[in-house]
Amino acid sequence: MAEMRPPIESGAPDPMQYMHPVMVKNYGKWAFHDHPKPGVLRHRAENGDEIWTVKAGTQRQMDVYTIRLLCDIADKFADGHVRFTARSNIEYMVSDPAKVEPLIKALNDNGFPIGGTANSVSMISHTQGFLHCDIPGTDASGVVKALMDELYDEFINCEMPNRVKMSTSCCEINCGGQADIAIIMQHTKPPKINHDLVANVCERPSVVARCPVAAIRPALVNGKPSLEVDEKKCICCGACYPPCPPMQINDPEHSKLAIWVGGKNSNARSRPTFHKLVVSGLPNNAPRWPEVAVVVKNILSVYKADAQPWERMADWIDRIGWPRFFEKTGLPFTKYHIDDWRGSRATLNASAHIRF
Amino acid sequence: MAKKMHDTPMLDQLESGPWPSFVTGLKRLAKDNDMMVDLMGQLETSYRNTKGYWKGGTVGVFGYGGGVIPRFTELKDENEKPVFPAAAEFHTLRIQPPAGMHYNTDILRKFCDTWEKHGSGLIAFHGQSGDIMFQGVTTANVQPAFDELNEMGFDMGGAGPALRTSMSCVGAARCEMSNYDEAKALRTVINSNIDDMHRPALPYKFKFKFSGCANDCVNAIQRSDMAVIGTWRDNIRVNEALAKDYMAHHGMEKLVNDVISRCPTKALSLKNTSDVSKADGFCSVAVTDTQSLEIDNHNCVRCMHCLNVMPGALLPGMDKGATILVGGKSVLKIGATMGTVVIPFMKLESEEDFEALSELSRNILDFFAENALEHERTGEMIDRIGLVNFLEGVGLDIDANMILEPRSNPYARMDGWDEEVAKAEERKKKAAG
Ligand code: HEM
Ligand code: SF4
Ligand code: SF4
Ligand code: SF4
Ligand code: SF4
Repeated sequence: MAEMRPPIESGAPDPMQYMHPVMVKNYGKWAFHDHPKPGVLRHRAENGDEIWTVKAGTQRQMDVYTIRLLCDIADKFADGHVRFTARSNIEYMVSDPAKVEPLIKALNDNGFPIGGTANSVSMISHTQGFLHCDIPGTDASGVVKALMDELYDEFINCEMPNRVKMSTSCCEINCGGQADIAIIMQHTKPPKINHDLVANVCERPSVVARCPVAAIRPALVNGKPSLEVDEKKCICCGACYPPCPPMQINDPEHSKLAIWVGGKNSNARSRPTFHKLVVSGLPNNAPRWPEVAVVVKNILSVYKADAQPWERMADWIDRIGWPRFFEKTGLPFTKYHIDDWRGSRATLNASAHIRF
Repeated sequence: MAKKMHDTPMLDQLESGPWPSFVTGLKRLAKDNDMMVDLMGQLETSYRNTKGYWKGGTVGVFGYGGGVIPRFTELKDENEKPVFPAAAEFHTLRIQPPAGMHYNTDILRKFCDTWEKHGSGLIAFHGQSGDIMFQGVTTANVQPAFDELNEMGFDMGGAGPALRTSMSCVGAARCEMSNYDEAKALRTVINSNIDDMHRPALPYKFKFKFSGCANDCVNAIQRSDMAVIGTWRDNIRVNEALAKDYMAHHGMEKLVNDVISRCPTKALSLKNTSDVSKADGFCSVAVTDTQSLEIDNHNCVRCMHCLNVMPGALLPGMDKGATILVGGKSVLKIGATMGTVVIPFMKLESEEDFEALSELSRNILDFFAENALEHERTGEMIDRIGLVNFLEGVGLDIDANMILEPRSNPYARMDGWDEEVAKAEERKKKAAG
């Protein structure tokens, strides 16, 4: 066997070596920014230096040809520097304002939309899906591509009351994150157990321990050690599936998409909040998931028309109240919207505060 | 020339429309890469059957216990042979990005060359924990691919029950809202605990995230076990020229409706300039020849709203630092939890300050390692043992900023009351110096 190469445990690299020189020079000394147009930011440092940022949408999962193309554009217009945002947008920084328009043109000519700043709908943060996860009920990159096609105009324009962050997740673990609008695969039936495989594949006590409602018990099935699920108790969370794949939770027909709204991590105005369920039962309809797009666009258009400037989705709903949210969006309010999990009473209206 | 492409009628539909298409990228790679030809075959099958076909396994690089996400196909024919053999192994390398995700084209091109040579040519910038995800490599090529990336100065990220890759906002590099050096904080904390990333031995995952202000651009509060969120203690700084500029562009109606009335704690008011308060904690900025915006800084909760609406006219104060929150996480076990304040303000300027941050991170990681149950996140552990036990365990003092309200139920033993009152008096004395 060849000599093994020990790794260099360098950890997180120093960004200074890759950063645009104007940003290095003014690190920690910025004083002002404005937003000349959608997708473009101008930052000014204390000493008057300026840097212009042009933000473009990407497909996140990029082939080397796309990355090299983005590099060619950076070399030509942006001094060879870029950065990525937490939502997989790419940012080009230029110190010469005369390069902004040619840069935008080069990106647009190559199919990259400019936008995602301020009160636009930014790129949907997303997960792995069929491309790489071992437990997905749906795809991720495909859902996002399909939805961003529908929301393209909202990305390149800034017409929303405030910024809109969206996320999608391909199972209830929700790697995608909290968002103003989150689209999450939701299991609606208990796991289907392949009893022949359980004993070989699953560490039974740890599977039992995973279940949040103690619905799983060890059992002998056909003379073999296996597991059984009390289906009345089961909340279909899917937590038993990762450690025990023979407990199949994904179901092409019964795994549905649910939509949640009003999450935000920013502390601006109100405290950070988690998103809340508004719609469930949407079909998992590859490759374009049109039913999801209809609901999302409806919520966005009501928000756009009704919210005041600077109100995030959560702020808007806080002001008008949930009954009005359901009324204005035309979405049905069902018994499933009333939480009955731990701590649920804090979500009930313990006051006579009612809007008429 | 690669093998023949499979029919992909469903994926093909994702090539239309204005947004950049990853399918077009996959097809370009498939032109001379068999792995991608078969990857598309499997992906199309997933689309057709609404079913995923990957299972995990164990693949790693020499010296490390984690960071490679192994994927083996489960799509087999009746003889247990992979239906799409060239993509039977399709692992991902999680690689830590530079703090703030800055790159130059030279390093990006080198990534492309390496990944074209050893892997599929598909790279995701970035995962939701921050990793650059080099997607699609065979078991045999994992080591040579990693070696090249490692020689370029890039290191493996986290996976499994380990410290995970971290993220910091753009912050000081290009944002006037920044309250500390986010990149330095990230590198101090991560690089001094790197062993916990490379050799998974924690009860479960642990994430740090670094945002320069309460806008929290990298979602630290909901998505990290320890969130470092920049803030300041003194008065908001003001710039009169920019404030007047805001007024010239937006007018009084917007100042009142968008700025003053949206302050969550009513800390803002409009005053005749001659009447503005000179009391401790108050500051003001003239917006017209006769009127000023007055800020009651003791009642400002540093929410960032007014600074966002009037960029540059209002800026964070000079006495900067960070709030530390612990226990944010996503679902499983008890559902999603938000980080809880454990240190309302920590100065983050001097080398000693960063040293203290590093020490805090070590203490919290150690306490987590020793006290969490298997597969339990920090937020769940705190839920189980209570915040006070956690604070005592890591050696932090209690503070009234940690709660929204005191307990309203009487079900607790309180026979230690007198000692606790004495401790409270002690803390007060200490704070007074
Ligand atoms: C079993 C297979 C799983 C796969 C393939 C997977 C995949 C991923 C990936 C690729 C990311 C982004 C990683 C990065 O940026 O470095 C991610 C993030 C995340 N995963 Fe998973 N995941 C899995 C299981 C889980 C489980 C069991 C949980 C349980 C809670 C979970 C919770 C999360 C969360 C909360 C994030 C986002 C964290 C953040 O925003 O920083 N994942 N996942
Ligand atoms: S949301 Fe679920 S299916 Fe999607 S990547 Fe995360 S764990 Fe996998
Ligand atoms: S799906 Fe969730 S609730 Fe149902 S048995 Fe599995 S772990 Fe328990
Ligand atoms: S979190 Fe604050 S400091 Fe960091 S980039 Fe966002 S606004 Fe700027
Ligand atoms: S930053 Fe302070 S003054 Fe400004 S809106 Fe928020 S709480 Fe009010």
